[in-house]
Amino acid sequence: MILLFYLASVIAIVSTVAVIVQSNIVHALIYLILSLLSVAVMFFTLGAPFAAMLEAIVYAGAIMVLFLFVIMMLNLGPATKEQERRWLPGSIWVLPAILAALLLLQLVSVLAGGPVEIAPVEVGVREVSVLLFGPYLLAVELASLLLLAALVGAYHLAKKGNR
Amino acid sequence: MMESIPLEHGMIVAGILFCLGLIGVMTRRNVIFILMSLEIMLNAGGLAFIVAAARWQHADGQIMFLMILTLAAAEVAVGLGLIIQMFRRHHTVDISVLNQMKG
Repeated sequence: MILLFYLASVIAIVSTVAVIVQSNIVHALIYLILSLLSVAVMFFTLGAPFAAMLEAIVYAGAIMVLFLFVIMMLNLGPATKEQERRWLPGSIWVLPAILAALLLLQLVSVLAGGPVEIAPVEVGVREVSVLLFGPYLLAVELASLLLLAALVGAYHLAKKGNR
Repeated sequence: MMESIPLEHGMIVAGILFCLGLIGVMTRRNVIFILMSLEIMLNAGGLAFIVAAARWQHADGQIMFLMILTLAAAEVAVGLGLIIQMFRRHHTVDISVLNQMKG
């Protein structure tokens, strides 16, 4: 189980790097799906099978299909691949990489307080649902309201002839 | 218990994923890639919540992950709608054309 966690985290990091350096957008999307699925495996090893399932179904399934749909709709051909190459010279990565590395260094130095071990215990669907429809009921209602607003907004924005 | 994962390792993986997403947002000019990098960052936040939930063996972290998932779905729907609208008007996915927007 512990080996699975480290393996999944290595796969997640490598495929995320592949996403951000990729110039072919469909390949980048498939690497992103790989990254999300390995994060789902990490959730499973951390004892959150419900979250792992949702990650695989909602993130890697629904949201990525939405991305793919839009990419196909915009019909970005091989010309955009060359364009991406031109937009991404090697020098553009230097400053953002340094800044992000500094941020990560700060995070690591904050975390280096002392070892806290996680012994993964499965927290299943039952516990999550009891909380979800008990103390967090208002949050669920607000989330549904947010989704409704997003639905209406996305429909209005993507409607044809709406200029 | 023999099988245990240090809390720091999970948090550091989440931090690395977040920083990679940040680099993507800062370097890319294609707006679809920027949206994908934002997804990576939100996902890293969710991972941090799940790691913390596993540390205290509570379900609360998973509920926060659910909320992040909802937020990500809503954000992607609206963002992709905006991208479609932008492509209709400017026929490009380059984010730097958006400085020509007028009203």
